[in-house]
Amino acid sequence: MTFRERLQSWRYNLVPDHLVGEILTKRWTDNAIPFLALVVTLATFGSIIPGFFKLSSLQESTRQLGEFSMVVTGMTVVMLGGGIDLSVGSIFALSCFSSVYVFFILEQSIWLALAASLAMGLVFGAINGYLVGYLRLRAFLTTLVTFIFGRALFDILVTTYAADVQLSTATSDVLDFIGDSTFWGLSVSVWLAIILAIVTHIALTRSRPGWHVLAVGGSRRSAHNAGIRVRRTVFMTYVFSGFCASIGGFLIACRLSGAGPGTGLNLEIMALTAAVVGGVSLGGGRGSVVKGLMGAIIVLTMTNGLIRLGYGTGTNQMVLGIMLAVAVTIDIRWLKNRHKVLNEVYVAPVYLKMGETQSAVPGSGTPYALDNRLSAADHIGLGELEGPEDVILDRDDNLYCGTRHGEIVRFFAPDYVRSEVFAHIGGFPLGLAFDRAGNLISCVGAMGLYSVSPEREVKRLSAETSRSWTSIVDDARLRDPNDCDIAPDGRIYFTDSTKRYDAHDWALDSIENRATGRLLVYDPRDGSTKTLLDGYRYTNGVCMAHDGKSLFFAESWACRVHRYWLEGPKAGTAECVIRDMPGYPDNINRASDGNYWMAWLGMRTPSFDLSLRHPDMRKRMTRRLPQDEWLFPNINTGGVVKFNEKGGIVEAMGDLTGGAHPMVTSMREHKGFLFVGGILNNRIGRYRIEGADPNWTSPASYWGAKP
Amino acid sequence: MVGWLNFRGLNQEGIVFAIAVVLFVAAAIGLPGFIDPNNLVAIVRSVSVLGILALGMAVVIIGRGIDLSAVAIMAMSVAWYLQLLNTGTSDGLAFAYVLAGVLAIGLLNGFLVAYADVPAIFVTLATGSFVFGYVRSQLITQDAVPVPQGHWVELLGGLRFLDIPIEVFVFAGLAFLFFLFLRYTKWGRYIYFAGDNPVAARNIGIPVRPMLVLRYVLSAFVALIAGLLTAASLHSINTRVVNSTLLYDIVLVAVIGGIGLSGGRGGVRNVLVGAALIGILLNAMTIIDIPLLYQNLIKAAILLGAIIVDGIINPRDEQTAQQGDI
Repeated sequence: MTFRERLQSWRYNLVPDHLVGEILTKRWTDNAIPFLALVVTLATFGSIIPGFFKLSSLQESTRQLGEFSMVVTGMTVVMLGGGIDLSVGSIFALSCFSSVYVFFILEQSIWLALAASLAMGLVFGAINGYLVGYLRLRAFLTTLVTFIFGRALFDILVTTYAADVQLSTATSDVLDFIGDSTFWGLSVSVWLAIILAIVTHIALTRSRPGWHVLAVGGSRRSAHNAGIRVRRTVFMTYVFSGFCASIGGFLIACRLSGAGPGTGLNLEIMALTAAVVGGVSLGGGRGSVVKGLMGAIIVLTMTNGLIRLGYGTGTNQMVLGIMLAVAVTIDIRWLKNRHKVLNEVYVAPVYLKMGETQSAVPGSGTPYALDNRLSAADHIGLGELEGPEDVILDRDDNLYCGTRHGEIVRFFAPDYVRSEVFAHIGGFPLGLAFDRAGNLISCVGAMGLYSVSPEREVKRLSAETSRSWTSIVDDARLRDPNDCDIAPDGRIYFTDSTKRYDAHDWALDSIENRATGRLLVYDPRDGSTKTLLDGYRYTNGVCMAHDGKSLFFAESWACRVHRYWLEGPKAGTAECVIRDMPGYPDNINRASDGNYWMAWLGMRTPSFDLSLRHPDMRKRMTRRLPQDEWLFPNINTGGVVKFNEKGGIVEAMGDLTGGAHPMVTSMREHKGFLFVGGILNNRIGRYRIEGADPNWTSPASYWGAKP
Repeated sequence: MVGWLNFRGLNQEGIVFAIAVVLFVAAAIGLPGFIDPNNLVAIVRSVSVLGILALGMAVVIIGRGIDLSAVAIMAMSVAWYLQLLNTGTSDGLAFAYVLAGVLAIGLLNGFLVAYADVPAIFVTLATGSFVFGYVRSQLITQDAVPVPQGHWVELLGGLRFLDIPIEVFVFAGLAFLFFLFLRYTKWGRYIYFAGDNPVAARNIGIPVRPMLVLRYVLSAFVALIAGLLTAASLHSINTRVVNSTLLYDIVLVAVIGGIGLSGGRGGVRNVLVGAALIGILLNAMTIIDIPLLYQNLIKAAILLGAIIVDGIINPRDEQTAQQGDI
């Protein structure tokens, strides 16, 4: 290894580049920017304002924060539903006045004042909701107008009744408690804000109405088509916002024991800025209550801090304006470009030096030398099939294969002309195996391990294994279950090829070449799934050895076959039995003569092997070239290889014309014939094997003769 | 576009014009002193500044945008100009500063809307807030800034022609210019295309984005003119006007005249009709002696009604309206 290559291998195999892409796929990264802003804001103001974190100072600002964050929570819900509510300031002020009026002028109980507040908020919210939700007016302008309307009304009421409120003698312990006291160290308004936030969060993330709000905000048309009552949902978000603002108004009425011309002034732009700065997306669907709260703290700290620092009139508006513009721009650009960035950085190639291999060139004299025998295979289902990755035959000689449409198709013996959809699973059914009871077990790409009973009943066996602590992507989920086989005791051994890519992106995994493939086992007795081995470069075919004491599995991108011991002295360990093949191995199955068939999905090329030693080049390639022009492994030529128990190569065959079976992903021997499938092929091939046992069948080999 | 008195296709403009006429007649008969020539001049004068601002707003709205920073630009640019003059900066230099500032804000609005794809409503809300906050806190010292003695702005305010104040002529002149621009120039027609269907306009090769920037710059300069006229007639500029309902009056004039908020519709005539109605209404309310607070309430109610009617007459097109167009 040259010095350059050693450096490259350190650089690309030890530096975890792939984590950047994995972190970006996480939804919580949306929270990272606002959270950072929150920390910076608090740290800045905390350090330049003396006594910022003193309890007495915090007490007053948290009381204000309680009221404000409620308004922001309401605004957040409206924005999640795809709208906006600028009238919160007016609702806040009018609700405040309502309770003040009921309490101080009508001299009724504080609870009646609360009821008046809430009623005002709900009615005002309902008006907004009706106009925006049912009449489908523009949310921004409509609520802007209702805001002016409410404000005008409030100004009139305040100037009319201000004197009366001043003269009123009404007092209440409850009011003083809500306005001034603390409960377990926190004021009532903070408690209420926390409760409201928790309830709203749970409602949004775990209840049907909450999901409806998110669905409507995410895509109004789709939500409508899915049968969600879009208009009513929008209506309810405004009512909720009115409700939140009215509680805030009630609390400020208790705190200030009155209402003045400044009540709720500029609240709408503050709440809007808070929600947007927190990361709640304009246009809906993305955001959370927590984000809104973070924004609320940022905005309030900022405005209060600036006031305490003694900056003059107008500073608040200036800062709010800057914050709003920056946050909105970041939000829009981030939403637009996030997937682009993700596409750019997700593929993080690693360094690998492939071993020297023997030639597979026809006539080269090596055991791998391909010939043209497979081109003589006759075809089954030509043009009807798309993507028969694996093929299998049952005891009655019927032929089964998966298709890329998520179906398992059955061809009827003896001529395999007639076919039917045996079962529809979805995903991409890949590896197939029959268990002792005749259930068809399938690894379904992008979904998991499934079982189809002879009565065609589809059952999910497993879709997840245990989560590892250090992985950032959710490696509990089976992303690309590829092939399975069944031990004599009924346990199903199967591979999950990669943790980093979905099933249809398997070619990207070859470019990256990171070792994330796994061997897993599903135990039908307790339904558990365990990870046995991890860290292989695209684990693929699995085949139980003839004696049932070990299994073979293929490691595609490393061109190796391993043997995993189920019992005996080496139980639970794996050893490499074939290394440095000239082709990329796929499924492995039993042969009638005690050997094993292995499919090659493609052939190694010097150019791709070289590119594996240049991760920097592959990285540049994935970032700068369109995907069509990337250098992929050669999957235009494949073949079928037979190897023995010891890993020695017995023979190899291929289709050199490329006309019928250029790429082979599976083959199954049955009564003297070899049935050949390919994931990109449009047929199943049937090839008569010279000198094979004409009575040998796979089900009999596994489960004994027909009972 | 439908003609003024084409009742078969009665549109909002026609209705509003009819209401304005009815109101005018009713006020002329019912209110003492309404029909007096001085009062009529006062009406026209009172709506001149409003109308000028509405012209700028109309151009932006026709292009499917909105400019909520207009009032802030109007008040703060002039306030800064006067402040510069009062602190001894030479007239030419001060005016150049202010022109550059106004141009910068217009460009910023346009850039964020056109190239960063941020909704106009948020951009202009933010820049409006920023302009007010920045000028108020950093550049001027008190809310109201007076016009220096003997300055041309002061002289402008005293200028009369046929006993009619100068701003009426400015309004008329600008209206005529905007009419020519929108109706007879290539760029004017582009605004309608872009407002009607931005994607289609872009596909046929119209420079949609530069035109968007142009509209916001135009609106900013119109605001500056309106600000100068305000300062001319009042001999000072009060920056508190930013927090008043003037902005909504501008939108009201444009929308009530029949310029659809969904863009692509309307013209200068709609602004004139809207301004006429609002002018008569405000004057009548003042003569009846309705307090200012109640006037705000009434105006808000009318604006709400106008938006509802606009929503019904120009329903949002689900095909071209985008997700998040709020």
